[in-house]
Order: sequence, then C-alpha cells, then structure tokens
Amino acid sequence: MRQTIKLKVNGVERQDDVEPRMLLVHYLRDRLNLTGTHVGCDTGQCGACTVLLNGEAVKSCMVLAVQANGAEVSTVESLARGTEYHPVQQAFWDMHGLQCGFCTPGMMMAAVGLLKRNPNPTDDEIREQLEGNLCRCTGYQNIVAAVRSAAEKMQSTPAAAPVTAGASGE
Amino acid sequence: MYSGDFAYYAPTSLGEMLTLLNNAKPEVKVLAGGQSLIPLLKLRLASPATLIDASQVPDLRMIADSGNTITLGAMTTYFQAIDSPLVQQRCPLIIQALRQVGDPQVRARGTIGGSLAHADPAGDLPAVAMALDAEIHAVSSNGERSIAAANFFTDVLTTALQPNEVLKSVSFTATDQPATGTAYVKHRHPASGYAVVGVAAVVRLGADGTCQEARVGITGAGAHAARARGVEQALAGKTLDEAALDAACASAADGLDLMSDTYASDEFRAHLTRVLAKRALAEAASRAHSQA
Amino acid sequence: MAVSRLFGASVKRREDPRLITGHGAYTDDMKLPGMAYLAILRSPYGHARIKRIDTSKAQQHPGVLAVYTGADLAGKLNPIPCAWLIPDSDLKTPPYPALASDTVRFTGDGVAMVVASSPYIARDALDLIEVDYEPLPVVTTQEQAAAPGAPQLHESAPGNLAFNWKFAGGDVDAAFRDAEVTVKQRFVQQRLIPNAMEPRGAVAQWTPGADEVTLWNTTQNPHIARFLLSVVAGIPENKIRVVARDVGGGFGSKIPFYAGEALTVFAARELGVPVKWIEDRRENYLATIHGRDQITDVELAAKRDGTITGLRVNALSNMGAYLSTAAPGVPTWLFALIVPGCYTIPAYSCDVKGYFTNTTPTDAYRGAGRPEASFLMERMVDLLAGELHMDPVEVRRKNFIPADAFPYTTVTTLTYDSGNYQQTLDKALEMVDYQGLRQQQQQMRQQGKYLGIGISSYVEVCGLAPSPAAGAMGFQGGLWEPATVRVLATGKVIVLTGTSPHGQGEETTFAQLVGEDLGVPVEDVDVIHGDTGAIPMGWGTYGSRSTAVGGTAIKKATIKVLEKAKKLAAHLLEAAPEDIVADHGRFYVQGSPAKSVTIQDIALQANLGWNLPKDMTPGLEESHFHDPTNFTYPFGTHICVVEVDADTGEVKIRRYVAVDDVGVVINPMIVDGQVHGGVAQGIGQALYEHAIYDEGGNLVTGSMLDYAVPNATQIPNIETARTETPCPHNLTGVKGVGETGTIASSQAVVNAVVDALSPLGIKHIDMPLTPERVWKTIQAAKASPTGAN
Repeated sequence: MRQTIKLKVNGVERQDDVEPRMLLVHYLRDRLNLTGTHVGCDTGQCGACTVLLNGEAVKSCMVLAVQANGAEVSTVESLARGTEYHPVQQAFWDMHGLQCGFCTPGMMMAAVGLLKRNPNPTDDEIREQLEGNLCRCTGYQNIVAAVRSAAEKMQSTPAAAPVTAGASGE
Repeated sequence: MYSGDFAYYAPTSLGEMLTLLNNAKPEVKVLAGGQSLIPLLKLRLASPATLIDASQVPDLRMIADSGNTITLGAMTTYFQAIDSPLVQQRCPLIIQALRQVGDPQVRARGTIGGSLAHADPAGDLPAVAMALDAEIHAVSSNGERSIAAANFFTDVLTTALQPNEVLKSVSFTATDQPATGTAYVKHRHPASGYAVVGVAAVVRLGADGTCQEARVGITGAGAHAARARGVEQALAGKTLDEAALDAACASAADGLDLMSDTYASDEFRAHLTRVLAKRALAEAASRAHSQA
Repeated sequence: MAVSRLFGASVKRREDPRLITGHGAYTDDMKLPGMAYLAILRSPYGHARIKRIDTSKAQQHPGVLAVYTGADLAGKLNPIPCAWLIPDSDLKTPPYPALASDTVRFTGDGVAMVVASSPYIARDALDLIEVDYEPLPVVTTQEQAAAPGAPQLHESAPGNLAFNWKFAGGDVDAAFRDAEVTVKQRFVQQRLIPNAMEPRGAVAQWTPGADEVTLWNTTQNPHIARFLLSVVAGIPENKIRVVARDVGGGFGSKIPFYAGEALTVFAARELGVPVKWIEDRRENYLATIHGRDQITDVELAAKRDGTITGLRVNALSNMGAYLSTAAPGVPTWLFALIVPGCYTIPAYSCDVKGYFTNTTPTDAYRGAGRPEASFLMERMVDLLAGELHMDPVEVRRKNFIPADAFPYTTVTTLTYDSGNYQQTLDKALEMVDYQGLRQQQQQMRQQGKYLGIGISSYVEVCGLAPSPAAGAMGFQGGLWEPATVRVLATGKVIVLTGTSPHGQGEETTFAQLVGEDLGVPVEDVDVIHGDTGAIPMGWGTYGSRSTAVGGTAIKKATIKVLEKAKKLAAHLLEAAPEDIVADHGRFYVQGSPAKSVTIQDIALQANLGWNLPKDMTPGLEESHFHDPTNFTYPFGTHICVVEVDADTGEVKIRRYVAVDDVGVVINPMIVDGQVHGGVAQGIGQALYEHAIYDEGGNLVTGSMLDYAVPNATQIPNIETARTETPCPHNLTGVKGVGETGTIASSQAVVNAVVDALSPLGIKHIDMPLTPERVWKTIQAAKASPTGAN
C-alpha cells in the first residue's frame, strides 16, 4: 500500500509514492540520489544518517519517509551555498575534523543542529551533544575543535549563522 | 535494516485514531516518535501489520498547567518539554532526566507518551513518572481513564494500557514548592545510553531542615520502574546527612525484580541502585536547601 | 615565485572538499542501471548441520531474480583462501566456503543468498527460505576448544588446533634458573569488533562477451582483492578491475577478502546484471572479522635491581571458525617478535597456539598483534616495579635500549632502525609533571580518593615490509610498492600509488611530497589510488606502511622525474645537466638564476616532444618499484592519569599525554589526527569494548546498542607532542603513525587504574575495565587480608 508524500528537500518540492516502510534515509539516497547521507548502523547509535527535519537534527534511519510528509528536510548537500562552505563545513576542513569522511555528513548536520540550540557551547557541551554520532577515526578531538571554531565564527559573523531557535542551552 | 511491510495510517483526530485502533488489521502498533519502534521494525523484532502514526492528532500535543500538576500531551517531544518554561519552572525533574535521554536527535523525535507506553525497563522517564506520582491518561472508544504511575508499569515493555487504548497525556505533580528539590542521577550504559540504573528523587524539607517528604523512582535495575518506598519512609523526619542517607539507601534495591546482563549483574545493579539513590537524594536535598 | 615549503606543513586535506559536501564516492553510493540487490541468509546457530534448505517460496516471491545455496556454487566459486601460511607451525587451512553447504560453524556463516530488484524485497525473501538445522555442540573460547573431548570444528584440524608456532632466543631456562625475582601474570586480550563506520559492501558489474568484471569494493588493498577474486572465482586476473574510491575506515577489517564480495561477483556473472551487496551493522558484527582475542601466560625473570633477564610467553589465540586472509600472521609474527619492546631482554621464548572456535574469524585489527605485545610487556614492567617497590619509571629507564645502541638487533632478530626511548619518556614525564602528580596522588589517597598514573613506553614494528621478509614469514604476497609520477603538458601532476588510503590523508601527504620536490603547488598534484584499472600494482594500506613504503616509491619516482627535467632544462638553457639547479619549480644554471625555465615549461616541452635532446624519450613520467630494506620502528611514551570512583567502579581519564616519535613528519596535523584516533581505539579496548558470545555461540553484543564504540563523551582531550628520530633507511625519514596510538594506549589506561588501586593490593584487572569489573575487584581486595589477585 504505497503512500503519496509531499515534502521539501533542500528547498525543492518533491512528491513521490513510497512504501510506508521505506526509511527517510533510503528515500533520500535511493530516490533522490542524495548519497551524502550515510547509513552506518541499524539501531540508531551511529548518527551517520543525521539530517535536519523541520530544522531539527534527526536520524533519518529512525524516521519513515511517510513521517516526513509535509516536512522540510535538509541534507549535507544543502549546507554550502555554491562554493561558499557553511561555517561548520569550513571548520571541519580547517581543523582536520574528518578522516575517512563517512560519519562526517551526519556529524556536521548534528553540529548544525546543536549550534542552533546552543550557539556558544563549551567543549563538554559539544561532546555531550554529539553523543548521538559515532566516529571511529578522529577520537573526536578535532571534531570538537571544529564545532567550537564554527561556533566562534558564527557568533562573530551573525550573517553566517542559521536561524536560531529555542536556545535553551540544552 | 529493512523493515517488513505494513499498512500505515496517519489519523488527524483522536476519534479517527480510536476507530482505526479498533478496526485495523492486527497486530496494530501506535507510532509516536518512533525512536524505539522503528529500530525494532528494521531488525524485524517487531512486525506489526498496521502502524498508526499519532503525529497528526492535535489532541495529543499540549503542555498545560493543571494546578498541582502539569500535563503533557503524549506527543510532546523531549525537546518541547525541555524548552517549555512551564516545565522548567514547575517540574525541573523532567528536564533533569530528559536531558540525559538518548542523544539530541532522539530528544528531537522521542515523545513523553511514546517513552511511557513503550515501558523500556531502562527508560529514564518512567523513574520520573514514579517520583512525580504521575497520572497517565488513557483514552479508548469506551471513554477515558487515569492510571497512577505506580500501577502503570507492569513488566518488561508491558503497561496497564489495553490494546484499544491510546495514551493521551500525562500529569506530573509539580514540585515548585518552597524547600523542595529534585535530581535525576543515572549510570548510563556505555553503548545504548539507556539507564543501567537511574534514580529520580524529590525531597521536601521542613522549616527545621528535616525531610518532610522524599519520593524516589528507580529505573533500569528491575523489570520495570518502581518506587523505593522503604527509602522514602526511612528518611521521613530525618536530617539528610551522610549517615541517614546511607542507612536509608541500604534498602533502595529491596523488592526489585533485578535484571542481569553482560554489562551489569543483578548484584551490581542492586549496588548501583543504593549508591545512585544516595547521590540523587543528596543532590535533591542540596537543591531543596537552596530553595528554602 | 618561490613556493613555500610543503614538506612538514599542516596542509589542509585535498580529499576533504568532496567529503564535507556529501560528494564522496563510497561503495554504497554506486548505482548502476538495472542493478539488483543481494542479501545473505546467515546462520542463527554457532554450530549446526544443515539438513535441508528449501528456497522455493523465496524463488517465487515477486521481485526475486535468483536464490542460491552452497550447492549452486560448486565448480563456480572456490573456497576463500587463507593467504598467510606461517611456516613450521603445522598450519591447518580447512576450506572456508563462501556459502556453507553441510555445516555452519559460526553464527553469521552464510547459508543462502537472494538477489532481488530492491534491498527490501531481498530482505523479505530471506525470511521465506526454510532451513532445517541440526544443532551441534559449540565451543566459543580457545580454552574450550583446546580441552580434551571438545567438539571438533574441522576434520582436518584435530583438537581444533590451527597451528602451533614457536620462537626462542637466548637461554630462557637459564634466565629463570638464575632469576632473583620472577613475576607471572595471565592477560586476556578480549575480542573486539573493528567497527569501521562504513559497513562493508560490494558492487559487481559483469560484461558478458568481454567476460570482464568490475568490482567496487570496500577494501584496503584492491590489488590483493583482485588476485584473490581471481583465485576464488576463476576469473583471469587481467579480466578483473577492483575499485575502492572512498572507503569509510578499515582498521584492518577491510584487508581480508570475504565471501560477500565473491558472492556479489558470482551473482553478477550468473545473472548478467550489476549486483550490489551492502552489509548492515548486524551483519558487520557477525561476518566481518573481529580482532584480538588472545590469552597470554607471561613470566618475567629479573634481578633485584630491576634488570629484566628473561621473558616467557605462552599464548592461546582464538582464530574463529575459519582462517581469515592474514589471520595466522597476526598472533605470531606481528605479535611475538615485538614483545620485548623497548628493552634489552637477552632471553625470550614465545609459544603461540591458534584454535578454531564457533565464532566469527579474527584477523588484523588496528595494531594487529603489536597492541597485544606492548600491553603485556608494559603491564609486566609495572608488575615488576610493584614487586620490587620501584618507581615504574626507573624500571623502564634501567632496561631501555640505550640511544647510542641503534641500529639494535633484538633477541627476536629484528633490527630496530633508530630510537631514543629515554627522550620520549622524559618529555612525557615533564608534560604531566610526574613528581607533582605523585605528590597529588599521595594527598588524594589520604582523602580516600584513587588517582592513578599509567605509563606506557612502546616501540612498534611497521612500514610493512621487505618482501623477502614477507616471504620468509609465509605471507603469500609481496610488500613492495610501485609509484608513478606523471607530469602533464600543463604542468599538472598525477601520482599513482598502490597504497589505498581510506581516511589517512595520503591524497594530501603524497601531494606534499611531490609538490615539494617538483616545486608545484599541492593543488596541482592529484593522487590516484584504489583502482586496479589505473594503478599497475600495489599491496595496499595497513601496517602503517603507506608513507614509509608507498611514499618512498613516490619520492624515488619524483627524483627520476627531476633528473629528466634537469636534462631537458639543460637542453633548453643550452647548458650541461650537471650545472642545472632545481629550485622550487625553477631550473637554472648554477649561479645564473635570472635565466630559468619552470617545471611547467619543461613539462610542456617534454609532452610536446618538439625539441628534445637526442637520447631523450618524450613525456615526463617516471615509475619506481620500491622494496624497503627493513621495517620501521616508531616509538614513544604515553601517560594516562585516571581517577577511579570506588563506589561505582567508574574510571575517569583526567589527562592523556602522547609523546610519539614517528620519524620525520610530513603533515603534523594529519599525524596528530592519527594519534588521536589510535588512542581512542586503545581507550575503547581498555574501558568499553568487548565482543561477548554466549554458550550457544550467539553474539550477545550484536549491535551498537550493546557493543560500546566510544562516543565523544568517553574520549578525553589528548595532548600530543613529538620527538623526531628519522628512519635511516628510507629517503624521507618517515616511519609510520597509523597504529602507534592503539599500540601505546590500552596499557597506559590499565596501568593507571591499577596504580590508582594499588593501595588496596590490586595488581591486575583484565580489560575492559568496566565499572562492575573494577568495583568487584575492589570489593574482593577489601575482603581479602592480603589484597586482591
């Protein structure tokens, strides 16, 4: 029993028929060819599939595509504006925040989500709020440094910062 | 990684949802935030024939002040609760616990009702529900009823909810009284992030600084969340010093149907329960002092 | 227009822009027209006889193209071979079929496979395959497997013994006979799951008529995969192209050649459509190799002044149900030869027995044998220090190979190339303020708090390897590397390397190497790797070999390019080649820098061929095939400071200092990153990770919900520093850094925890140091009048 879904992905309106069991991550990767979003586990621990759903970081392997009906989805492919990288992307590059790169799209989307909620996090807060994203290469040190660096840049140049919502410090 | 097939409905009213619940092809599962259910579907550990998505039902989304309690709709996400000034002010214990649930992505999707209805023995919120004497409001085509938290969790992944019932909302006792403090202390599983043991504590002090009331909810240790009534009674009227806490918390694990796994044996869970009960009560007492 | 120095600079990575924008090309990103999807049915039993398989329902399921069982592979797909045949060890290599047809030997052993039009349908069809199993008795540990009367896995391996390998040097018996003090300890190196974030997978495209296959594969060594695929599938090697563009981490788990890729190629060939197989994480835990799983009984002989005089090691290794590609070499050569570590130990023996068990096969996991070696040596040094009431620092100083003794030939016949162990120890001690920490420890002990300081001085053997050494050790391959440096007409450079980086950043470091010597910007150098269709040969990336071996090959090819460029420059400048100076991309006659030609000018002329010296061939491209003369030996000292919560058994790392000497450093930023990640994996082993089987051979820690891959809150900030002792036997002086962090760190953590708890009489705790284990050890120590252990 296929369902019709309408949603906006990276600013583009989409309408598709999907099986209800299809995961959002499979919809993004297999239907829309947005292969920057990766699948690293079955149980929701690794966070490689993290995207923004209505502005919040979520794991797209724990969301059915039908649940995203009517929603706005942003993937890693939407972060850069042309050749201008998002501050989080730039910081991951500058600070050597990635090695094999497989966790990186999800890690960056989680970082974008955390900086929306907490624009000026401490290192400990960054670590706590990246708990849903596993990296086996970096030992997290340069990821933390990258998020801190991006936060500083986004604070000093508010134009670069995305819309801030519900900054509760969580 | 690939779920079996199922029929999917996204009703837009409670009435429609209850009709579906009564009539859809079994087994029917209600989909809330999906943070527990969807992994089970993917691993094919759950294979319902019908999934009813509760996300489009407006009646399940609310945060309301109800006098002595605050009421959260079942589909309130953890983030919505955490961000709510009302919850922050009147039920800080909910915030203290929800900040330790899963990870931010889970907190964005996971819901109050989903967590309680799923009744994972290692979930965090059930301990809070116990400590805050929560009332769980269930609705079915036969009407509504309220279930005390103490009667709600009956076994591993099992609650007092009937198959035709929907968890509509939960009322938590507010703790914004003078000289009252709360705390949630958890031994986090290093992989899953679930509570190996989690203790939620509420302490209300009298004018003389002695304990007027203590409420302790425990999760993770046993098959379902429980109250440590022995600890609560032992503390009544006591000055909450190290000795009193030690003495009272010695019984924190008594009566629990202790679980055991490769990470933590029943013996270690019992020990953690005693240690964390003491820590949670000490932290709650310290907050109560500063509120006095 | 001088180019700033590239060699030694923290150049930002060339590979990152595609990866941070979501445009990496991982195997699962590959999509081909008409592609079908393969799923493998895996045994739910640790050991069972297959009585019957009925695939009829699955075959009739809409969308299913084909279902295959082991019987269908007969004559078409040979067993998966083991490729490290250690000599003189009575090695048994029972066949490892890609799909089991009569007996399954571990949970996760392949039984059947489905090819379908979508991965969802393929998974649905697996549920429709009916298999009748007759469960057989199970052994999961090496000790169970070794016991008399134990259930047998393979007819050809009586007693489940896969091999018994021995080494001895010096007079060990005399050392123990004359010992003033001896220390004994059993160590358990628990089984680990590598957990590369990208699961393994394959995409195969068969071209009928041409009878060629292209295999996109998550591999660390595409040329080895090509060779083994040729053997397994009977496809001529020249008809196979293996591609590994972006690979999402490996840590050893993507060295072996597996059933999954063989089955994918088989299906593509049978069906004539492209086929994709991507394992899910559950499958990754069951069917991709595990690491470690070794029990060692160790005895150490010493004098009362702390001088170590002898060492005896008996090791039992759990090989799993079959021998994976490189498995026999890991707990033998890669482990045993480096056990004596940084110390002048005159007598040493090691006996290693490998056993078959009903578990996932084990093989190389980051460090591969060397973490096990450094762990036991550094634990033994601490145990000796405890026995003699000496400071563990002093015992290390007393036994270190002196800095002036290099090159130093060890009791195991390795020749350590260069080193200064004292220097890294001193630097690490200074960074943590060792004396101050000891005072703080005393104060905290008086307050009932448990602070511990753990030291780990290590040397490792990497830069694998001289090919003759590989042959002598029974490795069924070479370990040299080829390189091609090709300068295009526009002066842009393409470098071909046989190493296959998958996160280590060689697209950048190799570009730095070449850019530095040719005097071109790093942006002008593209490093091509991971494609047997483009690269002549290669042995891949593991054993911290890429830069020492592959980098040296590139360096030598670059020198050849420069020589030719100088000749052409001389021709263009009408001078003698020996008078030409190459200066950051400009070529001029010595003393006359004003008149010069650039590397770009030369590249254009070389590629046009209009005006070349008489004896010069056109083009500007050189290759070099480099085989090193020795291994390399990075070393260092790591210090970990912990606080133990005695009430809950929780260990908190307060500081972690890593002082490493990895030889000359090309890119410090990348080297630091390698250390961070390596240390994180060592901390993971020390505190969190453990693959656990139940008695039935079921993997209890079968998902990331149960197996703790450390997250960002569980890894501390790591303070790095370096000394630099060049490797004397390669042109760049590099040694290798991929594994040092893992080799150095587990014992630093364990030594720290044991140090913290030493007032209770605690001498050892096996990894992982979970809260319950630590708490129980404390309880036992408190209950015992003489302390624990």
